[in-house]
Amino acid sequence: MTNTFDYLDQLEAEAIYIMREVAGQFERPALLFSGGKDSITLVRLAQKAFAPAKIPFTLVHVDTGHNFPEAIQYRDELVEKIGAKLVVRYVEDTIKAKGLQEPTGKNASRNWLQTYTLLDTIEEFEFDACIGGARRDEEKARAKERIFSFRDEFGQWDPKRQRPELWNLFNGRIHKGENVRVFPISNWTELDVWSYIKRENIDLPSIYFAHERECILRDGRLLNHTPVIQPDENDQIVTRRVRFRTVGDMTCTAAVESDAATLDEVVAEITISRISERGETRIDDQQTEAAMEDRKKGGYF
Amino acid sequence: MDLLRFITAGSVDDGKSTLIGRLLFDTKNILADQMEAIEKASKSRNDGEIDLALLTDGLRSEREQGITIDVAYKYFQTPNRKFISIDAPGHIQYTRNMVTGASNADLAIILVDARQGVVEQTRRHSLIAAMLGIPHVVVAINKMDLVGYSEDRFLEIAADYNSLAQKLKIKDLSIIPVSALNGDNVVDKSAHMPWYNGDTMLTVLEQVNVLKDLNLNDGRFSVQYVIRPQTAELHDYRGYAGRIQSGTFRRGDRIMVLPSEQTSTIEKIEIGGNEVDEAFAGQSITISLTNDIDISRGDMLITADYQHPVVSQDLETLICWMDDRKELKVGGKFTLQHGTTRTRCSVRSIDYRIDINSYEQLEGIESLKLNDVARVVLRTAQPIAYDPYLQNRTNGAAILIDETSNVTVGACMIE
Repeated sequence: MTNTFDYLDQLEAEAIYIMREVAGQFERPALLFSGGKDSITLVRLAQKAFAPAKIPFTLVHVDTGHNFPEAIQYRDELVEKIGAKLVVRYVEDTIKAKGLQEPTGKNASRNWLQTYTLLDTIEEFEFDACIGGARRDEEKARAKERIFSFRDEFGQWDPKRQRPELWNLFNGRIHKGENVRVFPISNWTELDVWSYIKRENIDLPSIYFAHERECILRDGRLLNHTPVIQPDENDQIVTRRVRFRTVGDMTCTAAVESDAATLDEVVAEITISRISERGETRIDDQQTEAAMEDRKKGGYF
Repeated sequence: MDLLRFITAGSVDDGKSTLIGRLLFDTKNILADQMEAIEKASKSRNDGEIDLALLTDGLRSEREQGITIDVAYKYFQTPNRKFISIDAPGHIQYTRNMVTGASNADLAIILVDARQGVVEQTRRHSLIAAMLGIPHVVVAINKMDLVGYSEDRFLEIAADYNSLAQKLKIKDLSIIPVSALNGDNVVDKSAHMPWYNGDTMLTVLEQVNVLKDLNLNDGRFSVQYVIRPQTAELHDYRGYAGRIQSGTFRRGDRIMVLPSEQTSTIEKIEIGGNEVDEAFAGQSITISLTNDIDISRGDMLITADYQHPVVSQDLETLICWMDDRKELKVGGKFTLQHGTTRTRCSVRSIDYRIDINSYEQLEGIESLKLNDVARVVLRTAQPIAYDPYLQNRTNGAAILIDETSNVTVGACMIE
């Protein structure tokens, strides 16, 4: 029977173990929920970890105001269905309250400003652990991050002073005001997530599947044509059959041309894809070689 | 398809990053945009030659210094297996990083430079692999191209290594002549070494049997969390959530709770809310018992009819000290985390320190500094239910946590 325990079972067992460590070690854990496939997978894993009880985490969504409406609708339906507690905080409010300067110009994005809202939300609710859906295969800085990633009272990640993480013994001891970011699917790849979604038959927001969409074609990338992105004279407005490979802030998430309209077709497409997920769709990582490393040091997810 | 976690030990000079880069490249696991980034970076650095080592350097400071400081993880797959490659630095000042990486590995690749043969560093890496109980060791004799692909040189180094492996009681050993730079015997068989009839690196990685490493008899299950839905229809539900460390648990099995020694019978086992008849090492499950007894996080359920763990407050351990700010001294007090239990402990004695290069046991040691490995006796405030580490890696391991900084300062392997 041990033969039937395949890699997805192993990854699932590990993620469930990590979720339960969070519930066992922390007083006020939260699960950072974006409506994207990785955090949707986290919710399913949490449900399995604590069945038949409800999940013991508050879902937290930091809304940039530039989210896909399909993702927001999905979020609200999911919360209703599983009876979870949801907290939404808006980047817009943080900008007003703190008098923050919004980035301007081409490719301007509120993505970085999310950090302020996130840190305020952590403080407001005194969350001591925040579960996130980051994966080590996504990006170079993430490949070096612990599963239990300690953040100081300013939310900062210090890559040189990370706690050694041995065996499956996770050290979540902190002082008041500090917190731990926890990444249960650290060891999953994009393909693993899709294969798991397929195996578990998890519903996703419709934008993950091929559909006709009016897009802004900018530097070879397809952005959603929405009022929050201002096209300039070099941009073209085109209608293409696309799907989204990641679902983040509309200003920094590009679509890919695709005919994959079902889970099977998406998994097949990802399997043969020769371009990484962030390389293809994330504009925020393209700016410098260490963009993510810098954001994480500042308190980002 | 299953999953293999392996660690690669060696320094930049041994071509460790090049070897991993080669594995990824030849198994077509490097994506177009990643390749483009490497080409771009290679151009600005060397003479334009594509440097596969750049694939594994993560942080800016690492790129600046051209070394791997922290443990880095890489993911790739072939049609036969999924791999998690754990890349840890090889220099002695990064011993704690290698220990960290080795703690979760099923297999270790130890790199030897064919020009140098078995050197101090090889001895150190091999000791760590053996001490951390990694079941399979693959020695890659690299840079065979620089010794004219000489069989004599290979046999000479292999003989040296075999005597080392015997001393360290390494159970499953393969020795492979490779050139990571040119790809000989990494994924594809080398045309330069017709005298070598063994497997390539990838074949070993794909075929090594990790299921056999699982202990499916002695049931160990640390309770992580007690699930109590407290709803009208599930009013009496009480499930013990945890991940089986070793052994098999079946519905109807007699179990004992440690340290209280109460006994009960398994009424139900669930995985993700679905009932199953049995579950084994590695699975995350929820157990319900036939009667209500007092069990909370930190307790251990064991299968009563198999060998029991040792329950004791006195632990003889091998410790790798990991803190650069404080030293470990006799009388020092820490929090010990073992499974899901945390208890205070104090250091009774430091019996000897092990020189990890020469394997010499040095007595009369007063304190341990960063990266020191020593035999240390601990006394815990509450009894711990453990198995000797080399018999049961998950139930013989513990960490020490500093009580003021909360940092993980020591890795313990209980003897």
